[in-house]
Amino acid sequence: MSSTFETVANIIAETCDIPRENITPESHAIDDLGIDSLDFLDIAFAIDKAFGIKLPLEQWTQEVNEGKATTEQYFVLENLCARIDELIAAKSA
Amino acid sequence: MRLEYFQMVDKVLALDLEARTLRTANTVPDQSPIFEGHFPGHPLLPGVLLFEIMAQTSGMLLLRLHNYDRMAFLATVDKGKLRTFVTPGQVIEVFSQLVHDGSGFARLKAEGRVEGKLVCNAEVTLKTMPFPAPELRGYLLQTAERIGMPMDASAPAGGPAPASVGNLTHV
Repeated sequence: MSSTFETVANIIAETCDIPRENITPESHAIDDLGIDSLDFLDIAFAIDKAFGIKLPLEQWTQEVNEGKATTEQYFVLENLCARIDELIAAKSA
Repeated sequence: MRLEYFQMVDKVLALDLEARTLRTANTVPDQSPIFEGHFPGHPLLPGVLLFEIMAQTSGMLLLRLHNYDRMAFLATVDKGKLRTFVTPGQVIEVFSQLVHDGSGFARLKAEGRVEGKLVCNAEVTLKTMPFPAPELRGYLLQTAERIGMPMDASAPAGGPAPASVGNLTHV
């Protein structure tokens, strides 16, 4: 998770021009870092590429819109990194 | 091209479903009201339309790869370069390649050439979503037929599919 977080934080810092020191595992990508959906596409592209996965953004968005999940579950960075680790594990299983 | 209708893609030259690439040929019209303003005495295809032609070729590729079950909308243009003037009557060959098919978006690389010379290139991100209106899907299928998009599902096995009259029965 820690190396996943480092990679994700660096991607966010570079993609969105946010100082790296402002990005913590507790940061909410939308509420705290102010990342909008368009910027998140660039982040998702970079994450997909870096980890060889496909973030299920559409599924997550649908779950949030239907009230089945909260944005915190997917967009607080430590949670996002946990999801990424799950996807990596599922890929190599 | 019918610039006033934003019909930028004229003809499919080659589709390769395996390599996820599309090549199109597109002729800049000799006459258009656009050239009256852009520019008097020095008609040029506006640069934004070069981005549009790359975006539309990329969109046509993505729609075909997704079997026309989703619409694609231009979201970002990265590393866009307009390298030289494009004038009425010239034929722009556009090549697009799918780089990454994400969840709800796709990233493609595209370039345009006139007589082999690179005139524009960019990386585009297209947002994908279910068709917001059924008539839009119908319009895109008509467009696919108009430009000769190969619709044969067996195209990937044989490498590049020849550009031919579209057969929409396989959609």
